[in-house]
Parts: sequence; C-alpha cells; structure tokens
Amino acid sequence: MINTDVLIIGAGPTGLFAAHQINLIGLKCEIVDNLDKIGGQCIELYPDKPIYDIPAVPECTGEELTKNLIKQLKPFDIKFHLNERVDEVKKVNEKWEVKTNKGTMFTTPNIIIAGGVGSFEPRKFSPKECEKFENKSVFYSIKDKSIFNGKKVSIFGGGDSALDWAIELSNTSSVNLIHRRDEFRAAQASVDKVKELANEGKIKLLTKYQLKNANGSEKLESIDIMHDDKNIINLKSDFVLGFFGLIMQLGPIANWGLNLNKKTIEVDTEKFETNQKGIYAIGDICNYPGKLKLILSGFHEGALAARACFKLARPNEKYRFEFTTTSSNLKSRLGIKE
Amino acid sequence: MAKITYIEHNGKLHTVDVSNGLTVMEGAVQNDIPGIDADCGGSMACATCHVYVKDDWFNKLPSKNEGEDDMIDQAFEPNKNSRLSCQIQVSDNLDGLKVYLPEKQI
Repeated sequence: MINTDVLIIGAGPTGLFAAHQINLIGLKCEIVDNLDKIGGQCIELYPDKPIYDIPAVPECTGEELTKNLIKQLKPFDIKFHLNERVDEVKKVNEKWEVKTNKGTMFTTPNIIIAGGVGSFEPRKFSPKECEKFENKSVFYSIKDKSIFNGKKVSIFGGGDSALDWAIELSNTSSVNLIHRRDEFRAAQASVDKVKELANEGKIKLLTKYQLKNANGSEKLESIDIMHDDKNIINLKSDFVLGFFGLIMQLGPIANWGLNLNKKTIEVDTEKFETNQKGIYAIGDICNYPGKLKLILSGFHEGALAARACFKLARPNEKYRFEFTTTSSNLKSRLGIKE
Repeated sequence: MAKITYIEHNGKLHTVDVSNGLTVMEGAVQNDIPGIDADCGGSMACATCHVYVKDDWFNKLPSKNEGEDDMIDQAFEPNKNSRLSCQIQVSDNLDGLKVYLPEKQI
C-alpha cells in the first residue's frame, strides 16, 4: 500500500501542473495514467499541432508544452504509474483507498481527477464475434510480434500504426492490409512503402473494405470483409489486428459516487471539490458554471485544488500563501540556492 | 434557418429548426437530441458527432474538410455516407436535411 498526500489521476498538462503546485506547497503526490507516456491529449491527439493560447507562450506544440511541464517538475520527486488505470476508489477510515487495474494500492486523503475526457481505450471492431477472440487472435496492440511468424495476419486501419505494422510483419508473415477507403492518414513514406510492397506481392492491399465477421469455433479461422458495394469476401486469417485510433471513455470513474453531468464531474469553484470530500476534479473533466475547456483553466483549477489538499493532508498545520520570487521556503523546495 | 431531421438508430425522429451559422452537431446538442456526444466540442479532434447522410443530401453538402476523413476512420462503423456533424454548417440551403445517427458514438 502506497501512502501519499495526493493521488493524481491523469498525466496531461492539468495533472502535471497540479503536481507542481502540490510539491511547491510541501506535499507529496503520485500520478497514475492509462497511457504509456506522459502528456495526455497533448501527446496522444496533437503532439505536432501548435497551441496559441497558453499565457506568455505565443506558440508551442503539444509535445513542447509537455516537455516544459515535465522540466518544471524536475526539482521534485514524483512517481508516475503509467499504463495503469484506476479502477476502484473507496473510503476507509476517513481516507481514500485506491486500486489500479494492475493491483497497485494507494491510501491518501486527497484524489485529484485530471482525467480529460476519460481514459484512452482502443476503438474495437464492431462485430460481436470479435470479442471471444480478443487477446487470443484479435489484438488492438502488439506486445510480442514473434507470435505472428509464418502466420496469416489481417491488419485493419489507415493510420501510422496499421501501416507500420503491415510493413514490419510483411517480412515474417503473410499480411492483408484492409482499410475502409483509398486514402491513408499515415505518413507519406509509409504509404509509398506499403504500395511498393503491394506491387511486389508482399502485402495484399484491400481498400473500401471493412470487417463483417470473424469465423472459427475455438480458434479464429477466417474473416469476412465487405466492400462498399456490399460484396463480401472471405480471407483465411490466423490473427486480426485493429488500429482505429483511441477513443476516450469515462470508464470506472462513473462508479465512484460522483455527481456527473454527461461525461463531466460537477465541482465547486473554490476548491474544485466534487460532492465527495477529498476528491477533486480539474481540467476538461470538471464542470461548473462558465467552465472553459482550455489548458489555462486547468492550471488555475489545479492550483486551487492543491491548496485544498493541504488542509486534509496536514490537518494540524496552517497553509501560508507565499510567492516563489520571495519565499526562501519555496526556493529551497525548488532546489534554488541563494 | 433550416429544418433538420435527426433520426436515431432506433428510428425515432427529431425535427428541429437550426439557425444559420450553427453546425448540425450544435443543432443536436442545443435541442438535447440523444446520439451525438461531441466530446471535443466541435474541433474535429474526436469522432463522436458521427452521422450518416444519404446520397441525395450527401452530394449537396459542402465537401469534407481536410482531416475530416482521417477522424471518420476512428468512428464507430463508418461508411461512405459518414460525416462529422460538427463540420456541417447550417444555411438556408440545408432546409429539409436528414441525418441518421449511428448505433453508438464510442
């Protein structure tokens, strides 16, 4: 069981800056995120797109913003738990007990939910039959590519993941690449390479087709794919891979007894606390009159939630407001020698 | 102003007046029509305002924006009649438009 002053759910810009504020005022925190990297939507959805409305930063990309936020956390010792999703939250003796899908347990007086629009999950195939083959013959990510050696693999999607894996696996497997339209959104170099491999017969390229059915009793044997013109063809397949990008789902957060409004969590604007004492929500996931889904609003919300956490984490101490320009206390926490 | 009919996956019809300049997505959200989530708020960064438009209307709509098809790739059960409703701006020309909502958005 990990004991911490604050547990932050979500390692996007809002969660990162909240961590900064928490450590600056002398508290400790740990951060859990379902993605395998730090940065949230900034990294997952728009790493290269410029952002123009961060105060005092005329222009930066999602990736640059994330890098700078991580740099700002350098003076502090913050433990990240990536690739983990918080599944359970329950109250035990005035504290919150938190459990992730990997079994990591936390006990903390404060939880800050900085979860954006929820956790990123892969978009899955819609035919029902795919469920029974999931993680056996149907995959949405690849952990061990050696299982595909010498096998028939059908890959669906038109983005970088689909094309990169089609190219990679074409060396060792028999690959079908199937996409719903003629254009691909992957990098041009990958598109060119796939077309070259298709011309050489090393990849079978099927466009304007989508998965209709997965066949097989115990083991996947074949799939049916349907053309835009409704024609169906059958492809022998040992494995099926789907790369349709990630969708955001609220997930287990919906079960924690919080007041929800559609996919957002209702908070007050003093502490950004939810209807549960000691659970706060900041950034895109929170909702209050006048809420703006801007990164700058998330920074403000995190700063206030951090101060509220102080009260529950240090009930016998008084929080004193200080500026980083003048406080030797804050400067020493930031590792600045005077 | 245009009268727009949103048809839920179960066949339920909602016909509402939508002001010019709004998007078909905003018309649904402002009228509490279920079946359009619009998680990203209309910035073409998700695919949760996905609708189907039959050929007759599909060909009359202003054509897709750059990047719209890339997002539609990530929608639930896209097909050649798929559009993102946040990218369809309402004008008098769209009076009578019918859009069909998918079984689900996520």
